[in-house]
Amino acid sequence: MPVKSYAGAQVDVEEDGFFVHPEQWSQDMAPEIARESGVPELTERHWEVVSFMRKEYLASGDSPSVRLLGKASGVPVKELYQLFPKGPAKLAAKIAGIPKPRSCI
Amino acid sequence: MDKTIEKVSVIISKGSLAEIYPGLIMANGARAEGIEANLFFTFFGLDAVNKKRQAHIKLSTVGNPGLHLATWLGSFPGVSSVMTRYMEHTMGAADIPSIPEFIEMIADTGAGLYGCKASVDLFKLTKDDLIDQVEEIITVGEFYEKAAGGQIIFT
Repeated sequence: MPVKSYAGAQVDVEEDGFFVHPEQWSQDMAPEIARESGVPELTERHWEVVSFMRKEYLASGDSPSVRLLGKASGVPVKELYQLFPKGPAKLAAKIAGIPKPRSCI
Repeated sequence: MDKTIEKVSVIISKGSLAEIYPGLIMANGARAEGIEANLFFTFFGLDAVNKKRQAHIKLSTVGNPGLHLATWLGSFPGVSSVMTRYMEHTMGAADIPSIPEFIEMIADTGAGLYGCKASVDLFKLTKDDLIDQVEEIITVGEFYEKAAGGQIIFT
């Protein structure tokens, strides 16, 4: 299993970069993961999405889909794709240190 | 990274519930993966973006063996409506959006929605008959131009 170093700590990740152990994540790792994922800067709006993803995952055990993000995160779908052009739920999950969303919708 | 899909163009050519959803899911799923997506509505598939019809898409109850319903029964008046309502209820419970809601969401993801010129002409429709999210009415040639460099999925 690949190991990556973020904010001076070693973390286990999947082949595609998603955290294996969400508890290894900390907030100060997020900007670096974001840059690697093609999001150069995490604005307040990015953080709203990332925090929502993590909160939902910790509460339900599932990583939210784009649809759920659009309905419940306070950031509409159109803006989600402006913030994370390469896939909002997928990228926000990676940045939030949680597994890749597995919803089909 | 080795080979990845960068762009898909999904054609929706049929007008029943079970034949519209798969194309929508393919397009929406592509956008969720950061893949560029176009949706092209042609022939009866146009109903999915027809203002008057998109909320009334029916499940086909005749010639649909997957439904496990005898064809003669499926042909009775009202059976299609009842089965459609049942299906919509089941899908709602599984948190699958209705067709109008789904298409609005897909447009918001930045996918391009297009109507087929031949079909619009055939059914004597205009762009005004289609929902606002449809960007333009295009010819098959223009469709291929938009699809260039990507994968084409016909449903």
